[in-house]
This record gives sequence, structure tokens and C-alpha cells, in this order.
Amino acid sequence: MTLSRLTIHELHEKLTSKEISAVELAKEHLHRIETIDTDVKAYLKVTADVALAQAEAVDKMIANGEKIAPLAGIPMALKDNMCTEGIETTCASKMLENFKPQYDAAVVEKLHSNHGVMLGKVNMDEFAMGSTTENSAYFATKNPWNFDCVPGGSSGGSAAAVAADLAVYSLGSDTGGSIRQPAAFCGLVGLKPTYGAVSRYGLIAFASSLDQIGPLTKDVTDAALVMNAIAGHDHRDSTSANIAFPDYTAALDGSVQGMRIGIPEEYFGEGIDPEVEAQVRAAAAKLEELGAVVEVCSLPHTRYAMPAYYLIAPAEASSNLGRYDGVRYGLRANAKDVIGMFKETRNQGFGDEVKRRIMLGTYGLSSGYYDAYYLKALKVRNLIKQDFDAAFAKYDCLITPTAPTTALVKGQNQDPLALYKGDICTIPSNLAGIPALSLPYGLDSKQMPVGVQLLGKAFGEPQLLKVAYALEQNTDLTKLKPNQGKGL
Amino acid sequence: MDYEVVIGCEVHVELKTKTKIFCNCPTDFGGAPNTHVCPVCLGLPGTLPVLNKKVLEYAIKAGLATNCEIAEYSKFDRKNYFYPDLTKAYQISQFDLPICKNGYVEINVGGKTKKIGLTRIHMEEDAGKLVHQGATITSATGSLADYNRAGVPLIEIVSEPDLRSAEEVLAFLTNLKAIIEYTGVSDAKMEQGSLRCDVNISLRPFGQEEFGTRAEIKNLNSFRAVERVINYEIDRQTDILEDGGQVVQETRTWDEGKGVTLSLRSKEDSDEYRYFPDPDLTPLVIDRAWVEELRSSLPEMPMAKRKRLIEEEGLPEYDAGVITSSKVLAEFYDGVRAHYGDAKKTSNWIMGELLARVNAEGIELEDIKVKPEHLAALLTVLDKGEINGKIAKEVFAEMFNTGKEPESIIKEKGLVQISDEGAIVAIVDEVLANNPKSVEDYRAGKKQAMGFLVGQVMKASKGQANPGVVNKLLAERLEQ
Repeated sequence: MTLSRLTIHELHEKLTSKEISAVELAKEHLHRIETIDTDVKAYLKVTADVALAQAEAVDKMIANGEKIAPLAGIPMALKDNMCTEGIETTCASKMLENFKPQYDAAVVEKLHSNHGVMLGKVNMDEFAMGSTTENSAYFATKNPWNFDCVPGGSSGGSAAAVAADLAVYSLGSDTGGSIRQPAAFCGLVGLKPTYGAVSRYGLIAFASSLDQIGPLTKDVTDAALVMNAIAGHDHRDSTSANIAFPDYTAALDGSVQGMRIGIPEEYFGEGIDPEVEAQVRAAAAKLEELGAVVEVCSLPHTRYAMPAYYLIAPAEASSNLGRYDGVRYGLRANAKDVIGMFKETRNQGFGDEVKRRIMLGTYGLSSGYYDAYYLKALKVRNLIKQDFDAAFAKYDCLITPTAPTTALVKGQNQDPLALYKGDICTIPSNLAGIPALSLPYGLDSKQMPVGVQLLGKAFGEPQLLKVAYALEQNTDLTKLKPNQGKGL
Repeated sequence: MDYEVVIGCEVHVELKTKTKIFCNCPTDFGGAPNTHVCPVCLGLPGTLPVLNKKVLEYAIKAGLATNCEIAEYSKFDRKNYFYPDLTKAYQISQFDLPICKNGYVEINVGGKTKKIGLTRIHMEEDAGKLVHQGATITSATGSLADYNRAGVPLIEIVSEPDLRSAEEVLAFLTNLKAIIEYTGVSDAKMEQGSLRCDVNISLRPFGQEEFGTRAEIKNLNSFRAVERVINYEIDRQTDILEDGGQVVQETRTWDEGKGVTLSLRSKEDSDEYRYFPDPDLTPLVIDRAWVEELRSSLPEMPMAKRKRLIEEEGLPEYDAGVITSSKVLAEFYDGVRAHYGDAKKTSNWIMGELLARVNAEGIELEDIKVKPEHLAALLTVLDKGEINGKIAKEVFAEMFNTGKEPESIIKEKGLVQISDEGAIVAIVDEVLANNPKSVEDYRAGKKQAMGFLVGQVMKASKGQANPGVVNKLLAERLEQ
């Protein structure tokens, strides 16, 4: 077995037992990127020098007999919307081509202080707007399971890199499903933490009240290990929770005995692929078999989540993306006067989907529309929170599909409304700020992985990890590798 | 027809916190361009604001000092617009839930006290500054952006349309400025831009309840400009109405050189700021105990002090008004009075000698070198007759220029008053001997000759002779 197939915890043992070196591990990944990423196209920027220097430092620590962190020496990839000091951070946009931040994002600082090894920055939908990674201004990323399919999005590069063993794990960001849906499409574990669990400082904002950074990993234990490193209070982010954060691995005991699990019926309606539904119900049945109490429940306002999301997220985006005006950094187009420069810079710098959402958000916030759209969306958001509050009074977690379908076929995703509907299962948890985890659970008839989503109450990540870990320990359906011939 | 003028003010006050509103950059004025900046105030991608608690404290203090209700729940909103001096393409401000509302400032015009309502006070960040490369903005070949000011904390104080004359507006601004200065939350200096004013002016026929259409004149930075703008607008709008025309609702700018207001933008292209709650900042829940703590920490406000000076100190209204118009002056007054008993004499010297010299030199009140206890000492020796009034003024001039205490100046210059009769008698005799004509005149009944002789004695003694003693000795000699 090649090293690159292994998980964080497996590699950690090999590093500490000196069976392998961190440099060796980094080099294997860099070599794999060189040979395979020409097909997958996950990386926008490979930072080989940084990775090797970081790996060397870890090898020195090991040689000196120092105790190393679980993430030390483990190669990883960062979605290209997380600021890295002096290293291009483009959001996959022409607007930020060659933009080099002056500082590291909080999560990047944390991975560095854990002595992680940064292989590079990976592709995404421009400014995290999209669900196929086809909205990247640079190139589309392929699904390692089937090169004719998209890896999902917007964290498609993060998912493809890990699925193709081009990184042991990666960080993505999730505003409406952008970690979980690509994790589902690529057969990975993807966790969107509770809003406020991971600092957003240095994450280039899409929709500030919804964005969260989280891990894409090869198994549940790895997700817990990455959470241990990145979760925590940060005084630079006013929305960061100032609470005691747990050891997320403590929840991994394999037992769901007596846990109460709800199946919200609204997540199994129109548009859900029957094969996906069958896998989710199979996972629920497995949990029941393992001793959980599984019941059908209701989240009555679910159907209003999508319209509310597509008002709130674009509204915030229209404001967050105003700063790309050509004055201080990034692209600047030439024009006769300053207003012309603003217009032409934004015209040239943003892609169609970004422009579409800026327009949507601008209208939604305009006087005369604000009450009817934005304010009403905020009220819906409250109702959705209340739905979840009521559900979590009865259940430890909820089980749903992550996405209505398995990976979409490339080049056939031009209808924005159809794509927006694909976010229907993931959006409500962003609106409510609750944690949500996608776990691979078997394949469909096209041999593509299916994602099962677990939803928990705020800061209920330990319960989600516990349930996911129990499934992982008791079936082989969660351990999936792309080796079917259409992709890798 | 006679028109009534209706005026409301929006006053921007820069808070004197050490650091900016949402980051740790210094607020100091005058650094080299773009040296007081960081990723946060530059609005670099990925950065987030964190509220400086001192800003909230100062805004609440300003609200308490102006009799406002302090919100229990408040929040920040984004005001979205594009301009090169705005790093994020939005200004973090407050829209529908400002920190303070429903306050008032008392003014005293023509012997009548009137309450000018304050609609609200809200917190916001300042923008950067553009330096245009050329004579005017329209002929500029380019512009340079300096973001040192970006993120400097401001409060915007919005008055009700309660003002009815330029005089009232000036009284309102004077009192508001003094209140802000007293609370210590801002220097509140118009000349330095830490207090700026927009005025909304409209006219209506006397007796009409409905307001006329208003013009807003932006960014006035001196009391004189405010006064001139109001008078100009009253004339301009009166002319329009007299000619049967209609005043256009618009924003106008003041051209100081030409002494006119010019249209900036009309209401048709009025601002669409797409305000919405800033998701990067959590709503503010204001602790009532903290508010009460801040309330009790406030110093005596100018109107209360003015009342005290009139009622307890017995000062005339005019004196009390002048002295309380500035915190520095009021504190100076109290400082003198702590060591010296005569209120009116203290006030006379502050309004006379001190302010005359401050104005003549064009210095700031903060930069006065004279210490209040030194003025008290000077007035004390004057009262004791150790020096006369003329010398006291001379000593004060030296105190004003050097900050030295009066005793050492009097000693150094040998200015101590001579009251010893023996020493003065010799001079008196000499003067009488040298001025036989005047002596004759006096004895012939021309009593005014006495004044001339006193003057001669004073001159001969280099002003040090005690005038009382001189008078007494001269009278004795002449009546002989």
C-alpha cells in the first residue's frame, strides 16, 4: 500500500515509530501531484518548498525525541480562499490573480503551529459560489471517481485532492454545503462545524453569517483530529464562540446504544434520487441495528430554506465583494475615471455566477425590496432555527441525504436554479448555524459514492462524530476508494 | 412674506480613543500616509472587525451628557457605497438601532432657555483621505489615498429640526461642543476637524406647521462657516420662494472663497446605501449597571456649571457663559478660586487679561502656560497692596509668556510696591519742588492738578509707589 492512501492517524504512528520520515511522505505526495494532478486538476498552486521545509522541521523534532502533534508532518491542502502570507490566495478568481496576502488565516496559523505540511492551495468555485468547481476562473477540477463528473463544490479542489490521495486531508469552507456536498461526491468525510467553532479570520468572506471552515478527511477519526487543531476561540473574530472546546476524539467510542436519531421527512421529498434515499435509509437501519432509537420526524419550514438562503447569502456577498474595486490590490482595469475603473475592474474580474449573486444581493437589500426580501428571509431563518431547536429537544442527531444526487456530470450544469436546488439538504444547517457531517455510505448503480448527512445541535459535533464513527466501525460502506477505472 | 427658518444639525465628533474603532492601529493625527494602518482597517480580504470597547464607552458618555436614552440593545450596520477612500466599499455605522436616542441640549439665547432635541447619536468609522494631484478635483491628474484615518471612531449626533436662527445654531454648537469636551470623549475642535457639522435648512411661512423643503449643507468646519451658510441659505431660499419658485431637496456644499452654497446632488439620485446588519459584529446588549457607572463618572456639565457660577458665585450671566464655554477655562476658573476668594475679580482677569492674550497670540487654551494657583497668588498680592494694578498686569504678561510664578517675577524685576512713607516722602518733596506751577494751581483751587502730581510721583518711583500712600502724602503737603 502506498503511503499516500493512509489516514492522519495511521501516518502519525508511522512517523512517531520512525518507520517513515515526514520528508519522504511529503515527497510522495508532491510526486503524486506532479504525475496525477495533471488529470485531476485539484491544485491551483503547489507549495513544494514550503512543504519540504515544514517536513524537514518535523523530522528534526522526531529525531530530537520531541513529542509531535497528530497533524505534525501530515501533508494537507488548503482551499484557496484561506489567506496564506506571501502565497497566492485567489479565491479562484481573476480578481485576485497573483494576490499575496500579508498575513496567515487563523486556521493556517493553527495548522502551522501543529507543524502541518502545506502542499498547496486547491481549486474552488470562484469566491466559493457554486457546487461543481466549474465556476473557477482558472480550470474545472475532475472527480477522481469518474473524470466525466464534477467533484462538487465549492470546495471541489479540497475534495478531489484528498479523494485522489494528493493530500491526506484538506480544509474547505461551507456556506451552504460547500464542504459536505463535495465530500459526498468524492466519498469523503466532510464536517461543517457549528458557526463560531472555527475562526473565520483570514477566510475570504462569501456570506459572513454562514461561512465556516471545516475538514475533508478520509475517515471520522481524522475529522476529529483536524477539529482538535482548528476549533477554538479567536479574539479577532467577534462571532467566534468563547467556550471550552472538547477533545473531539473522546466521542469516538463506537457506540450508539440508546441514542435518539430523527429522520426528517422533508429531506426525502421531490428531487431526491431514489438510490441516494435507499442508502440513507440503509444507514438509518444500521444505526437502529446498533441500538439507536430511530424515528421519523418533521422540520416543517425546510422548504423555505432555499429561497431564504438565496436572499441572505447573496445580500452579504454583494457587500463583502464590494472591496474588489481595483483601488488597493488585485485586478485593476484601465478607464478614464474612477467610476469607470470600478465598473471595468469588476466587469473583467468577476465571473458570471459571482455577478449573478452580487446582482441578486444588491436588489434584495435595496430600499423598497429590503422588507419583502431580506427581512423576510431573516424571519424564515429564525423559523428554521426553531424547527431544529424543537427537533434537538427530542433527538441527539438527525440523518438525511447530503445531496439529492451523486456527483453531477461535467459540463451540463448551466441552469443556476437547478444547481441551487441541489443545496436543499445542506442549506438549512448553515442558516441555523448547527454542525453537519457528511459520511460516505456505499455507491449508487453508477459506482459513485453516496453521502449521508448527520445534523446536530449547536456545538454537538461530538455526537455527530460518535454516530459517524459507529457506522464506520460497523460497515465497510464508509471506506470507499476511487478505483473503478473511469477516474484514477 | 416673512419666513421662519427651520434648522437641524448633524454633528460628527471624532472620539479621542488611543486606537481605532475596529483594530489596534493608533488614531494619532498626522503620521506619514498609510503608516497607521493594518490588514483590518485596510479591509484586506479575510479580515474582520472587533469593536473597541472604549468607543462604546465614549458614545454612551456623550449620550448621557446630552440627556439621551441609552439603548439596551444596539447593533452595527453596513452602509454600502463605492468610493476610493472606503476600504471595504461599506462603512460600518448604525442604522435603525443607534446607541443613544431622544436627548437634548439646552441653549440660552436672548435670556431664554430652550431645549434642542437630539434624535440620536450613533457610532461609525471614519473613511480615509484622498489627496488629489492637481488644483481642483475636476482637473486632477490622479489621486493618492491615505488610509490613516480609515477606522478612526466617530459619533454622529443628529438634532431635531428645533433651531430657528443662526444665533440658536451657534449657541447649540457651542454648548454641544462644550458638553463633548467636558465629558473628555473628544477634543471637539472644529478647526482640526474633530467636530464637523452638516446643517439642514428650510423655510416656511410663519404660522405654517408643515416644514418646507430643505437643503442639506455638508461638512462645515468652522462656526463662522456655519453662520455664513445659514444666512446665505436664508437669502437664497427666500429669493426662490418670493419669486414663486420651489426649493429643491438636495445636498449642497459651501464654497468658502466665493461665500456661496453649490448643489452637490439632488434627491432624485439620492443615496441607496443598502443598509443591513453587519454579520461580522455581534449585537450589543448594554449592561445597565455599566451605564449607571458611566453616568456617575461624568463631570459637572457646562449648563449646570454656568448655573452654579451665577447662583453660587454671583457672576453675571455673561461671565458665566464665557467661562463655561470651554472645559479648560472652567477648570482654570475653579483652579484660581480654590486659592483665591473673589469670584468677580477672578472672572475679570480670566476674561480680560488671560483671554485677550490668548486671542492676541492665537494659541489654544490647552497651551496656556499660566497656572491657576499662580494667578490666585498674583491677585492676592495685588489685594494686599504689595503691587499695584499696573504692575500686576506687567507681572501677568511675564507669567503668560514664561509660566513663572508671580513672586519670583516681582522679586527679579524689583517690582514690589513701596508703601513705606519715609521712602515715598522724599520723592513727593522732590516732585513738589520741581513743579511749583502745579502746586500754585492746586492751592488756587484747581484740584485737578493733584492728578498730574500723583502721576509724576508714580513715574519717579517707576510705578512702585503705593498710589494710596502717594495721594495721602501729597494731600498732607498741599493742604499745609
